[in-house]
Amino acid sequence: MQAEGFPRRETTMSDKRKIHDDSGQGLNRRQTLECMAWAGAGLVWTLNGGVPSAKLIGAAEAATASFSFAQISDSHIGFNKPANPNPNVTLSEAIARIGGLPNKPAFMIHTGDITHLSKPKEFDDADQLIGAAKLDVHYVPGEHDVIDENNGEAYLARYGRLSQGKGWYSFDHGGAHFIGLVNVHDLKAGGMGNLGAEQLTWLAADVEGKSASTPIVVFAHLPLWTIAPEWGWGTQDSAQALKLLARFGSVTVLNGHIHQIAQKIEGNMTFHTARSTAFPQPAPGAAPAPGPQLVPAEQLRSYLGLSSVRIARGKGPLAIVDSTLAG
Amino acid sequence: MMTFHKLAKLSALLSIFFVGPCLAADELSIAIDNFAFTPAEATVKAGAKVVFVNHDDIPHSVVGETIKMHSKALDTDDSFSFVFDKPGEFIYFCGLHPKMKGKITVTP
Repeated sequence: MQAEGFPRRETTMSDKRKIHDDSGQGLNRRQTLECMAWAGAGLVWTLNGGVPSAKLIGAAEAATASFSFAQISDSHIGFNKPANPNPNVTLSEAIARIGGLPNKPAFMIHTGDITHLSKPKEFDDADQLIGAAKLDVHYVPGEHDVIDENNGEAYLARYGRLSQGKGWYSFDHGGAHFIGLVNVHDLKAGGMGNLGAEQLTWLAADVEGKSASTPIVVFAHLPLWTIAPEWGWGTQDSAQALKLLARFGSVTVLNGHIHQIAQKIEGNMTFHTARSTAFPQPAPGAAPAPGPQLVPAEQLRSYLGLSSVRIARGKGPLAIVDSTLAG
Repeated sequence: MMTFHKLAKLSALLSIFFVGPCLAADELSIAIDNFAFTPAEATVKAGAKVVFVNHDDIPHSVVGETIKMHSKALDTDDSFSFVFDKPGEFIYFCGLHPKMKGKITVTP
């Protein structure tokens, strides 16, 4: 799968404003997706029968929503380079934003790279800062969270008590089924992310017998769709996981890792990557390599942010609101 | 109390420690820059020490695909050394970003 919905570079800001002024009317799907992927901040999008429509925040608060949850990602606590000398502060700001959401989220998910180097103090600091939200947090590890000397034991000891294998698990909330997957272990030379046979077997058993009308929300660190293979932004065996979920009427896949918003809709599946709370990375093709992108300090917060996801009971539509720390 | 046997062992260990560096053969440095090993392919003689140095703002690691070699995560400016004893072609990659690959050819 290629990044069909990934923003093209040639779209200009004035183009995007024009699209927004049009309130999503008369646009083809590609234009709408581009608009959403670029403008991210302050945009709600909803899905009805697979047809996305974008509206400004405030206009699309679904009255039927039964609950929402927040997503943060890539907090990289311990990072101290010029791209963001103090990610503790920006993580705190993201947590404060979550505290200020008009509808209190039922819980939070963190899609990995909690820490930069898997050090105990980094995990401690992250726990303390994230704990200020006073919400249950469901974590999955990023590759930066499993580079302790024992290949991820520090992460598992802290967050994996209720999980299987290397840290995967599922839970139910409000009629939706949430699945946290781990794709940062046993990476193969030349490859991308890896789920592995054991986890895929578990996933098959986990969803077996569930009604196809159950909304499914999958979250993992590395994208479960191939965004930039040359940068390893994908997961080798994700197609096997998605095949197991193909029969469900609403599947939402939430990832991190790439530190920017990318979205795609394919059939009943919606793919979305979140911003980082620490530092941005370049868009694929915009730089020779991925890695922390240095932006002017006064602009940093417009590249960082969080997502809030609302689920409406019974109908399957799901709205993802991305907001930056800037405004 | 330390037995004579233990003392002998200790002194043998110490002598290896002190003599060791003098035995070093060729040394090659491989830089990790912009998510790439540079040079990506290199040839050394058996016994050569290869030093990998990470210059990126992101940690990387060095993991052998066709050789048992595994560094810890290397933060910015950290390095990892490995002595290639046996002739052959050895592929390695970054355990965090496996698109990053390199090859060391070791000649007799």
